[in-house]
Amino acid sequence: MLPIILIKGAMIGAVYASLAVGFSLVFGVAKIINLAHTAFFMLAAYAMYVLVMMYRWPVSAAVGLLLMGMSILAVLVYLLFLDRIREHEGAVILVTVALGMAIQEILLLIFESTFRAVEPFVHGIVELFGVTVPKQELLIFVVTMACLAAVLLFLYQTRLGLALRVTAQDRETANLMGINVKWVCLVSVVMAVVLAAVSGAVVSPTLTVDPYMWAHPLVMIFAAVILGGLGSVKGSFIGAFILGYTEVLVVFLVPTGSFIKGSVAMLIMVVILVVRPEGLYGVVFEEERL
Amino acid sequence: MRFIGRQFRRIDQEIMAIPGRAIAFFFLIAMFFIPLATRDPYLMKILIFMNIFAIYAASWDVLGGFTGQFCMGHGAFFGVAAYTSGILNLKLGLPVWACIPSGAVMSVLAGLLIAVPSLRLRGVYFALVSLAFPIILTGIVYAFSGVTGGEMGLSGIEVITRNRVALYYITLAVMIACVLAMRKLTDAKSKVFRLGIVLRAIHEDEVSARCVGVNTIRYKLLAFSISAFFAGVAGGLYVHVLRIAGPSNLELMWSFNPIIWTAFGGMGTIAGSVVGVFILYPVMELLRFVPHLRILIYAGIIIAVIMLMPEGIVHWVRDKLEEECPRCKLTNSALRRDCRACGAPLHVQIKASFSSESEASTVSEEVP
Repeated sequence: MLPIILIKGAMIGAVYASLAVGFSLVFGVAKIINLAHTAFFMLAAYAMYVLVMMYRWPVSAAVGLLLMGMSILAVLVYLLFLDRIREHEGAVILVTVALGMAIQEILLLIFESTFRAVEPFVHGIVELFGVTVPKQELLIFVVTMACLAAVLLFLYQTRLGLALRVTAQDRETANLMGINVKWVCLVSVVMAVVLAAVSGAVVSPTLTVDPYMWAHPLVMIFAAVILGGLGSVKGSFIGAFILGYTEVLVVFLVPTGSFIKGSVAMLIMVVILVVRPEGLYGVVFEEERL
Repeated sequence: MRFIGRQFRRIDQEIMAIPGRAIAFFFLIAMFFIPLATRDPYLMKILIFMNIFAIYAASWDVLGGFTGQFCMGHGAFFGVAAYTSGILNLKLGLPVWACIPSGAVMSVLAGLLIAVPSLRLRGVYFALVSLAFPIILTGIVYAFSGVTGGEMGLSGIEVITRNRVALYYITLAVMIACVLAMRKLTDAKSKVFRLGIVLRAIHEDEVSARCVGVNTIRYKLLAFSISAFFAGVAGGLYVHVLRIAGPSNLELMWSFNPIIWTAFGGMGTIAGSVVGVFILYPVMELLRFVPHLRILIYAGIIIAVIMLMPEGIVHWVRDKLEEECPRCKLTNSALRRDCRACGAPLHVQIKASFSSESEASTVSEEVP
């Protein structure tokens, strides 16, 4: 029982981590709460379904096209919608919810609400600690972790990454220092969407692909990001793993677990926030404390 | 006779003189006469739900628009009241008129419970955390499915009255009473309640409000209770009109709807929520003719409105129709040339003329 919980939790945690880090990055740099974040995840899963299952493309070509398409989509969404209303938090929340709904409805129109399945990219199983694990699940873990490592390398080793971190710390000063804030925000949005697209593409074989699949991960990454502290990449990463393991524990140990897994995650988030209002790794400015 | 005359004068001077109030007044009168024109059951049903949702949206405005607590889990209040009211009615057999108020009281208790963790959070944190509460409640509903009916929900709840027209007038009366009460409570210019101006102050700058000696915690709790109470009234009414309560009342969209209605109508004006509901809800019903495109069009409307009118309809209309007197700050119709109270010219244009290099600029006031 224990090894299977450990392995499943690591897999789910890795997926949530790659979604939560992107969400957190966009919030930290651009101050945008992108509620359509997991809609892009869903879009990627559908794209894999269309390219791999319907047109029988090789997986690598499909992923390549997917990443290009999603980057263009992210740029368009940012320039058309998000950039103009970035300053109004309420408006951003409403517009991104509406965007997510629009994506859901468009997918419903095209594919209807039937469940779709994508074939695994790699077949076969591996034996780990006496548990048989499909190779696809290992692939999910490896790919998402590699992507997160790439993001961290980018943030801490390149000049553009430095610009991103600077903008996250202090937008006005960054602007004064000659950083093109709009461009930096655009980069963060594109990075987040690409992260979501990669995880959506890799996860698609293990999930049933349907137009409502964006709601549950959205709730979970919310909880993960707040748990870890909004805007902190490290915090979101750890929060995502905490919630991934919680979800697996609840599903495995509680009889009607899959109904209440969202509620338990939310309860954990609320409890942690009561103890530590800024989240595990969040920063709180002195004038904001009550 | 003198009393009636005074009332007429009051209507003439305080309502007809201000276009926004005049529109609201005629709108209310029209609402009273709708059943004379048509008694189509489908139309009546839509109107009844519009009344109920107007209370719901306005109650969000108290918390979100006035106090600045961007609550994304307002469905929790609605749901608590709906379930309490339904359970009391079904399991204990209480009459409807006892169920709805007790549901609202229960909703206030839930509001206070939710407020405890929320008081330490602000801004975006609060928004995202408040999202958690309907989801936690859904878990509770599933966990105690013996009482709550689980996934199927509660059905067969007693209806307020079988007569649709009577039902319409009841909901209309409750809606008007609730909306006026919320408007009076949150009126920043009120000389009776201090609440309105304090809530605005908390919205603008909570730290400053604390610095001038406002007990912001107490006022936020008050805002939570008021908002939860009216959301609870809406929830109770809804359950006793539709006769079912289910987990769908706790869904994400149920919490987002009052925000969408209020943002559409205009935040921080109770009237805005009502306007938003009375425009968007019929639109949603009309879109039932194209069921496939319904939510897509709705999403399109939301995006278009927020991109074009970020302040909402009420603010936009008010800017066009009303003019504030520059001297005595009284609201006037934009059609008037001078203020109805003090006679100061309303449309004073300040023109900057850049005549020559020697003079930097001269500011001249022109009276039209």
